[in-house]
Amino acid sequence: MSQGSGFITERYIVNGDDFHAAGSASSAMKKLLRSIGVPPEAIRRAAICMYEGEINMVIHACGGEAEVSFDGEYITIHLADKGPGIENPQLALKEGYSTATDEIRELGFGAGMGLPNMKRNSDELEMESVLGEGTTIVMKIKV
Amino acid sequence: MTIRDIRELLGAQVLCGEDNMDQVVLSACGSDLMSDVLAYVKEQSVLLTGLVNPQVMRTAEMMDMRCIVFVRGKKPDGAMLDLADSHGMVVMNTPLRMYTACGRLYAGGLKGEDA
Ligand SMILES: Nc1ncnc2c1ncn2[C@@H]1O[C@H](COP(=O)(O)OP(=O)(O)O)[C@@H](O)[C@H]1O
Ligand SMILES: [Mg+2]
Repeated sequence: MSQGSGFITERYIVNGDDFHAAGSASSAMKKLLRSIGVPPEAIRRAAICMYEGEINMVIHACGGEAEVSFDGEYITIHLADKGPGIENPQLALKEGYSTATDEIRELGFGAGMGLPNMKRNSDELEMESVLGEGTTIVMKIKV
Repeated sequence: MTIRDIRELLGAQVLCGEDNMDQVVLSACGSDLMSDVLAYVKEQSVLLTGLVNPQVMRTAEMMDMRCIVFVRGKKPDGAMLDLADSHGMVVMNTPLRMYTACGRLYAGGLKGEDA
């Protein structure tokens, strides 16, 4: 963790083989943002973005990495995975679109609301995905 | 209403967070779909659900909720309770089904965000 004059960056590894542990990076991020005095409403939005992104990396991409930074104005969440990629990112952002299995649905996710939730709770969302190589998502949340 | 009142109305058993029963809560939501909770919850501090896995605790944590009620007598395991306890949440379970549990709380004055 680097910290100084309101600027902070932290990296998290998202383990891909354990659905039960999913959310631990989001939890750590939330704690970090709280410790540096980010207002609760911005923390809530960042937490939703990060958590849905983390769940997606676990259920769709065998895990990945997250980098979170705060520059005093924006919280930036950078998610990167080496999963299968998304064939049609525009379609994936539509509410209700999902390739999740019944097994995932039984766990309370897989309704195709994750990416829409991430878009709604961020001020900017950029997604780049290459089939067979992976997916990168950058979200900015204005504090 | 306090979390203690919720326990009374639901005839629920407290599984962790005994020390936090006097917190006041203003609204609740009932869902088995965590993405729904993440999409629609605003200030609700109580989650009623029939789903049992650690992501229920995580979802409640992300949304700053104070109390989780498992309906139909569902029982979370020790690791799940530890997770909730570490965030000061009260966890309880009630033998009631979702509809009845929500109805009792609603009739008792605990509203949803949209009512
Ligand atoms: N990191 C990812 N890697 C590969 N595919 C993904 C990833 N994130 C999302 N997707 C694809 O986009 C779809 C929609 O995602 P989302 O809105 O979170 O819904 P859900 O996860 O409930 O299916 C997923 O079903 C999946 O096909
Ligand atoms: Mg998802």
